[in-house]
Amino acid sequence: MDIEHVSKIARLKLSEEEKKKFSKELEDILNYFKLIDKVDTKNVEPSFHAIKIKDVFREDNPEQCLNEKEVFKNAKEHEKGFFKSPRVV
Amino acid sequence: MIKKFVKDVEDGVIKLPEFYDKVIKKCKAIDSKHNCFITINEDASKEKPKSGLLTGVPISVKDCICTKGIRSTAGSKILENYVPVFDATVISRLKEQGAIIIGKTAQDEFGFGSFSTNCAYEIPKNPFDTDRSCGGSSGGAGCITQLADFPHVALAESTGGSISNPAAFCGVYSITPTYGIVSRYGLIDYANSLDKIGLMSKNIEDLKMVFEIIVGKDKMDPTTVDYAPVKPDVKKIGIPKQYVKGLDKKIEKAFWDAIKKLEKKGIKFEEFDLAYTDEALPAYYIIAMAEASTNLAKYSGLRYGLQLPLQGNFEEYASTVREQGFGQEAKRRIILGTYTRMAGYRDQYYLKAMKIRTKIIDEFKKHFKKYDAIVSPTMPILPPKFKEIEKLTPLENYQMDILTVGPNVAGLPHLNIPIAESIGLHVIGNHMSENKLFKVGEIYGS
Repeated sequence: MDIEHVSKIARLKLSEEEKKKFSKELEDILNYFKLIDKVDTKNVEPSFHAIKIKDVFREDNPEQCLNEKEVFKNAKEHEKGFFKSPRVV
Repeated sequence: MIKKFVKDVEDGVIKLPEFYDKVIKKCKAIDSKHNCFITINEDASKEKPKSGLLTGVPISVKDCICTKGIRSTAGSKILENYVPVFDATVISRLKEQGAIIIGKTAQDEFGFGSFSTNCAYEIPKNPFDTDRSCGGSSGGAGCITQLADFPHVALAESTGGSISNPAAFCGVYSITPTYGIVSRYGLIDYANSLDKIGLMSKNIEDLKMVFEIIVGKDKMDPTTVDYAPVKPDVKKIGIPKQYVKGLDKKIEKAFWDAIKKLEKKGIKFEEFDLAYTDEALPAYYIIAMAEASTNLAKYSGLRYGLQLPLQGNFEEYASTVREQGFGQEAKRRIILGTYTRMAGYRDQYYLKAMKIRTKIIDEFKKHFKKYDAIVSPTMPILPPKFKEIEKLTPLENYQMDILTVGPNVAGLPHLNIPIAESIGLHVIGNHMSENKLFKVGEIYGS
């Protein structure tokens, strides 16, 4: 596993020590995951949930939701009704 | 029992402010020795509960369930200062009936663990021996349920066994319901297709009563389904041969003694072969980690949770917030989960695991045609000492879940019955057959 690449796409900085430690541990775990290869899953449908789940529809009517004060209660940086973020591009 | 307590509250025999002053003092005393709580509700004695089936009943809540106005960290540093502005549906339903929250219980960060040791806060200690683990991930819930000498029910949560495991280690009853019958709205997710909110209690009667209050469809969680109870008939139970090999000797003896007790009370048993027990564990971890890695993507240091001074570009900022906020096990699972979903690997891991889940469900369903319930010990080991846990590799840690992941992957309900100190009998049922499980519990205790 290219841990550098995976940590970049997961937006998770890792220390050099963590990279080294995880590489070994993750290799063991991925080896163990190979156990699933021996199960024949030809023509088997995947179960994304354990029970049958149907799409749920509702009327598109506005209902009471959180007010602005509540929405921003846990955000340190916000301005004029927007969350603030560092530069994206 | 709750019923008697509620009557006493309604009749004015018990005065709630005085009662709660004592309860909170007791919680603090227990917490100082066992670290069951991440947050204790200091305002419990000021609460004015509604009148209902649970008027004034103390409930503890696993920290990953959102409680309005009470800090909810899910055991993670990244949510250290997070105070929800809304209640999870299970909380609203319990408050509607008059329940009062006493505190938020300790857990592994986001549920990532089997011993509650992957926690950003203090590690909960076993009620019978403080050198040992409470189990996990709902360790604090198990501990306070055992040690509370007042009426109490704990709300807990399971992804791969996180309710049964600590219930067994702490010697209490627990129910992990059929996937989808209890709303997950307001649950700080671990893995959406596996997470189930359930309960712990010191007796079956209270467990059943509170269970019936929290189940049922919720418009805030489109994956919920209505609970369709079955008749509580239990004639024959099955024991998977694969679940009773290589057990700790004490557990083996307690287990077969419990089976003999059930047999004397008229329940027949039979051993049988259950397929895919070895493969269920890696399939479970692949699904759980893949889903966890997407769920944790929302912690980027903007709307809530850990936030740093806004510097650099977004990529650097979010990566740094996450580096500082997540613990080791969360990081491990993000990396593994991201990897198994990557182009080129998705079919090999994630999709394959989802197909194995279909086979596991079909396998269990086949046996439920013959048996009213499937039973095994809940855990293959006794609560380990903290010193022993330190020596385990991550993979060895995962392997402790061997008996609980099967029913969790298949979304099957399961009940823990305490049968000896820190040893539980695991009773697994078909979807929606909670009534049969409660029946086994009642028969065992009768």
